[in-house]
Amino acid sequence: MLTRRNLIAGGLAGAALPALGQFRVEISGVGATQLPIAIPRFRNEDAVAQQVSAIVRADLERSGYFRPVDANGMAMDETARPVMTEWRARSVDALAAGSVQRLADGRVDVRFKLWDVVKGSELGGQASAVDPADLRLAAHRIADYIYEKLTGDKGVFSTRIAYVTRGGGRYTLRVADADGEGGQVALNSPEPIISPAWSPDGRELAYVSFESQKAVVYAQEVMTGKRRPIANFRGSNSAPAWSPDGGTLAATLSREGGSQLFLMDRNGGNVRRLTSSQAIDTEPVFEQPEGKRVYFVSDRGGGPQIYRVALGGGGVERITFAGSYNISPAISPDGRTLAYVARQGNVFRLHTLDLSSPGAQPVPLTDTSDDESPSFAPNGKLIIYATRAGGRDVLMTTTLDGRIKARLVSTTADVREPTWGPYGR
Amino acid sequence: MNATPKTHLPKIALAALAAAVLAGCSSVPLDENKGAPVESRSTTGAGAGAGGASAGTAQSKVTSVDLAKTDAAAMSNLPRVVFFDFDSYVVKDEYRSTVEANAKVLTADRSKKVVIEGHTDERGGREYNLALGQKRAEAVAKSLALLGAANNQMEAVSFGKERPAVQGSDEAAWAKNRRAELVYR
Repeated sequence: MLTRRNLIAGGLAGAALPALGQFRVEISGVGATQLPIAIPRFRNEDAVAQQVSAIVRADLERSGYFRPVDANGMAMDETARPVMTEWRARSVDALAAGSVQRLADGRVDVRFKLWDVVKGSELGGQASAVDPADLRLAAHRIADYIYEKLTGDKGVFSTRIAYVTRGGGRYTLRVADADGEGGQVALNSPEPIISPAWSPDGRELAYVSFESQKAVVYAQEVMTGKRRPIANFRGSNSAPAWSPDGGTLAATLSREGGSQLFLMDRNGGNVRRLTSSQAIDTEPVFEQPEGKRVYFVSDRGGGPQIYRVALGGGGVERITFAGSYNISPAISPDGRTLAYVARQGNVFRLHTLDLSSPGAQPVPLTDTSDDESPSFAPNGKLIIYATRAGGRDVLMTTTLDGRIKARLVSTTADVREPTWGPYGR
Repeated sequence: MNATPKTHLPKIALAALAAAVLAGCSSVPLDENKGAPVESRSTTGAGAGAGGASAGTAQSKVTSVDLAKTDAAAMSNLPRVVFFDFDSYVVKDEYRSTVEANAKVLTADRSKKVVIEGHTDERGGREYNLALGQKRAEAVAKSLALLGAANNQMEAVSFGKERPAVQGSDEAAWAKNRRAELVYR
């Protein structure tokens, strides 16, 4: 059936998607080529808690690589036999349609199919039965499937982020979908929470809590809320980082004076010192994917710069040379790109450095001035970071070339310290 | 200085005698009790051996000493903040008296414990600032240790930029946030 509604052209520079809840997503700087895709409403989706097709459309649009074409007037599902010439006439390159169905046991069946309109062929589809609480997750998985089929890269729509909010004199550590929706509070505290870090299996978050009037590192199971102190030594304990196999943590401890890096096992035992300097050594992050070296921040050369050290403590090499203040390193999953924050004057700006080409120069990714806390998505294609806009602390994602950015704007409190979780929820 | 209780000298006369004796020794402070009012004459009188009985006082007299009040009075007058220059953890000379006053409290009562909380202004990364605050706290702890405070009486911790004393993004606010606070717990 042809729709009588006009197709929306899409023009995405600065367009805002409708407020779906806590976060509003705004996209700017869309790249030149976007794949026009039509995703009509899934049959029956109005009868369940989540508008599955809307979540899929929003995910694909936020990536910057897709331009959803309005097809809401169409009634179709995964059993349809779409007429490709009709869709090509609307300048649509891909089409997805599906349905949801409540099952007798309370679960919801979600199924869809994806077509390549240009080639006129079926690309595949899936069916799964999910707990109603996992409907958002089911929608994100559909978006991942479509993204991977059409771009060749793994999607990260079904991954999660963690971040800290501050408001009304309280701090919360929250876990949300990668689109910022569905945020749930993991920790609610009257005292600051900083430096959250996902375990590689996505089951735990390590973080620093000031609940006992000093910095202490905790690990907390996300699903159960069970928490345990990992490092609570004399002085300050902070900057937890997980090894890629999840068995070891690095942290900054002042138990031997100053701020130095230590390694410990995942329960905080077997503490051994990693760096020995008279300077500040902090913000450790394990090299990816093998974790045989640790990147960190040190001001042993005067101002804070990023260095790298082998697990045994030897082979310290300086990595950043441009500028006098470089902090907050993050390493891409393939280990080839360093993201970090460089201060120039009063401006703190996110940069990347290609670690695989010697002599490469750092590249600024933003034009904002208060960037913090970069973290890579597990597919290595996006970086989430915190920055300041309109007097508020906000979360942003950017592609590695800085060209496509999405802003997750909280309508409630200031948000900071984002960290991107792994695959495999 | 100990005098036998049998002398029955008035306490004031005794202290004056002691002072006169000490005046000849350049390395000993004349009045050890100056600046530490917790050591009130009534509580250390027994230790100084004055005997507590001046001429003409009834044998049954009991002088009551309210320790909590004198201790709290002393503590409430104690300066407890040291401010720092930007990017610096040097304890400036103008805070020497603050350090000395706190060192006196700690050396006079070894059961007293203090947490030195280091802070920074809002500029810069969270973890790096946590480490800078730690340096400030440890600098104050070191100064206290040089004046006799014991390591087990002190713990240096940091709040980095997480707990500003003053909101604001100008130098006036920043200067008030670059500090170390001494908190007796």
